[in-house]
Amino acid sequence: MELIDLTLVWVGIIGLGVFMYVLMDGFDLGVGILFPFAPNDDARDEMMNSVAPVWDGNETWLILGGAGLLAAFPLIYAVFLPALYIGVFLLLAGLIFRGIAFEFRFKAKAARHWWDRSFFIGSTLASFAQGAVVGAYIQGFNVVNFQYVGGPFDWLTPFTVMTGLGVVTGYALLGVTWTILKTEGTTQAWAYRLAPWLLLGVFAFFVIVSIWTPLASERAAQRWFDKIDWIWAFPAATVATGYWIHTQLKKRAEALPFVGSLVLFALFYIGLLITQWPLAVPPDHTFWDAASDSGSQLFLLIGVLFLIPIILTYTAWTYWVFRGKVKAGAGYAGH
Amino acid sequence: MELDPLLLSRIQFAFVVSFHAIFPVFTIGLASYIAVLEGIYYKTQNPVYARLSQFWIKIFAIVFGMGVVSGIVMAFQFGTNWSAFSFSASNFLGPILSYEVVTAFFLEATFLGVLLFGRSKVPPGIHLFAACMVALGTFISSFWILAANSWMQTPGGVEMREGMIHMTSWTEAIFNSSLPYRFAHMALASFITGGFVVAGVSAYYLLKGRHPNTSKKALKMCVLLLAVTTPLQLVVGDLHGLNSFENQPMKVAAMEGHWETKQGAPLILFAIPDAANETNHFEIGIPYLGSLILTHSMDGEVPGLLEVPREDRPPVGPVFWSFRIMVGLGILFIGLSLLSAYLLWRGRLYESPKVLRALSWMIPMPFVAVLAGWFVTEIGRQPWIIHGLLRASEGVTPSLSGGMALSTLIGYVAVYAVVFAAGLHYLRIVIGKGPVDTGEQAGLDPVARPKRPWSAISHDEPQPQQ
Ligand code: HDD
Ligand code: HEM
Ligand code: HEM
Repeated sequence: MELIDLTLVWVGIIGLGVFMYVLMDGFDLGVGILFPFAPNDDARDEMMNSVAPVWDGNETWLILGGAGLLAAFPLIYAVFLPALYIGVFLLLAGLIFRGIAFEFRFKAKAARHWWDRSFFIGSTLASFAQGAVVGAYIQGFNVVNFQYVGGPFDWLTPFTVMTGLGVVTGYALLGVTWTILKTEGTTQAWAYRLAPWLLLGVFAFFVIVSIWTPLASERAAQRWFDKIDWIWAFPAATVATGYWIHTQLKKRAEALPFVGSLVLFALFYIGLLITQWPLAVPPDHTFWDAASDSGSQLFLLIGVLFLIPIILTYTAWTYWVFRGKVKAGAGYAGH
Repeated sequence: MELDPLLLSRIQFAFVVSFHAIFPVFTIGLASYIAVLEGIYYKTQNPVYARLSQFWIKIFAIVFGMGVVSGIVMAFQFGTNWSAFSFSASNFLGPILSYEVVTAFFLEATFLGVLLFGRSKVPPGIHLFAACMVALGTFISSFWILAANSWMQTPGGVEMREGMIHMTSWTEAIFNSSLPYRFAHMALASFITGGFVVAGVSAYYLLKGRHPNTSKKALKMCVLLLAVTTPLQLVVGDLHGLNSFENQPMKVAAMEGHWETKQGAPLILFAIPDAANETNHFEIGIPYLGSLILTHSMDGEVPGLLEVPREDRPPVGPVFWSFRIMVGLGILFIGLSLLSAYLLWRGRLYESPKVLRALSWMIPMPFVAVLAGWFVTEIGRQPWIIHGLLRASEGVTPSLSGGMALSTLIGYVAVYAVVFAAGLHYLRIVIGKGPVDTGEQAGLDPVARPKRPWSAISHDEPQPQQ
């Protein structure tokens, strides 16, 4: 018997990694989702400039999620990716089109609207695919002898389409509150107008998913309805946070709506983990079944415990360097 | 016809990784060059270096962007198409690839933001520091990914139990026997690639009579670098081959085109290998030289492909030919670099249109050599995915159908075609404009400069982010 349960530690680290990803790439994907609806080209410049210096670092959390799963929970890696084969392709294609749009949009003149489209479609596709992954995780996978044996489109169901659209709306909310924080004038006024509607949309999806999940998964139903207890604090907190964001938007607060949206995501995330715990690859495999050798978990843990604080420090520092409002004309400069 | 998911996955992996590989090999070299330029500028305050640095940072940003988006694909290819391999090797590959992310990718990605957008927001020293961190990140990244790749070529420090790799020694696995050679060879390849691109573009400007001051400086730096690195690459490549001769003799037999085990084997210069009949046609060779190079003795024994059954042999033709392309280009590089260095020493390089033209034609060649080198390494490893431990056929995703593999293969080819075409287009525009020669103080005091109207390449001079 070991002193600490490494697998549990790794659930925490991967959980943190995925959460960091959702928070950080969430808002810059959201900016992409809102792109075509921006009031004018100047607003689009401002929006893109507000995320240009940081999006690459944000996306690195996704790569950490992938590599970290391979290291700590190889079963998740080796089942999710084959099961979501086509979805993963869409996710990657989306990230490619959106990633190159950053570089090419500001170099283009006549073709600029193409890169606007590439940024929008790529961001939306990638967000949708991520939402579908969440749905597929709730749904479960057909696994025999540690290998995925289901079909190529098992993941694509009305339920996953709905979770996909839910995440698109959620990221759009993060994006719009970020835009409020980073811009002023026309762009900010537009974002203030849009934000309540997106908040409403997020709550609509929240209600639908909350009703649908127990219907779609008996496991989830048992978890939530078997006994009424503390876990109901989470939906209650969600509703309260939503109301609070709404008041802050009315008061024209600049930073707090964004903070509130981050909190909203944190609550959704915890709710999801409670629903699924301790299953890594539903319906049969727990995190402990999915774990790699404890030697490998330990080898990586030593480095990660040391490095993650350093990464967080210099990440925070770059956000500090690029703090404040962005302006349109003076943006993608210096290179 | 039945679509074979194994074959299609191999083609897909080869395609996406080859596409990816051409970007990092250039950005690794270029990142160091930019860090050097920033360093000299910091010390001397000579604006020529600021202008050069700004120009190459623009190119770097485009190429790096393409490297990032294609690299993200790689991180998931292992799982989508090679899930059995990933699962089996996860105890080793997982931590290694994760260390690459936490030690290198975050460093590169975060400090890239400061390098590209921070010139007017942080003190010059910090900006230089960011340039150094980006360069350092590219090297750390190559160390880990090459450790993973080298381990697949020459696995050590592990044992295979019930289809799973378990670790016995981390140091033996990470510092496996081919890593030092592969890392050195790859690092040199990056400097050679970066060197020839910068030299080629500068030579092109000199031919056109544009940007003479910056171009002469850049060309001189690169020619000196190349005169050292290209001959060194031959030495390192030779040692690399000797290591493979010990660990992967069948790969070397395919590289050399040897079918029969021979004492006093020739060095085959040209031949058309014929795998069906297990022989070479039109063979031209130098007697005994093969044995001399590989065993350092005229009559040393060199094993041939017939030593192992057909199903254990790598495909001979592609390995044989790729090897000749790489080495041929390597020798061409040495010749041209030494000639240019000689002319530079005699003070005639900038007035030698023929050599300048040759240098500018050389721009795509290092990329060809790099891909050829990877083809030797990877195809020569077949039929193994982990040499001697796991076959590629056992590594492919079990649920993958030929149709699925084909659809994503077509998808990646289509997506990358767009990315590549657009990337080249914008690179040409940036190179067409060149380093801005107007205003000696470019890059000195960006805040004070008036905002210029938007042009085709929007911002030439740095402007404040806000
Ligand atoms: C010798 C160098 C080398 C080789 C052989 C590879 N890479 Fe690479 N890779 C780099 C050197 C590099 C780099 C120079 O570090 C890049 C280029 C752009 C960048 O961001 O980092 C990079 C980017 C990069 C990224 C994006 C990182 C980011 O967002 O900043 C990923 C996920 C990978 N790579 C993964 C891979 C995988 C799975 C490979 C194996 C097949 C691979 N690379 C081969
Ligand atoms: C970056 C430059 C690289 C290039 C250009 C390259 C090229 C290739 C090629 C041509 C193949 C196909 C071989 C065949 O099936 O006949 C291949 C296969 C493969 N390579 Fe690489 N490779 C590179 C790096 C890597 C690295 C760094 C890794 C591992 C970390 C890797 C792992 C693999 C795997 C898993 C396969 C598929 C299975 C197989 O066919 O063996 N490659 N690569
Ligand atoms: C000049 C003579 C050269 C020799 C003798 C040489 C030798 C070799 C050998 C033997 C390999 C295969 C290693 C294995 O068995 O796996 C190799 C691989 C490779 N070579 Fe070369 N090489 C030369 C020049 C070059 C040049 C000029 C470049 C690029 C600029 C280059 C880039 C590569 C790359 C990228 C690989 C694959 C990665 C690796 O395994 O290191 N080589 N080289």
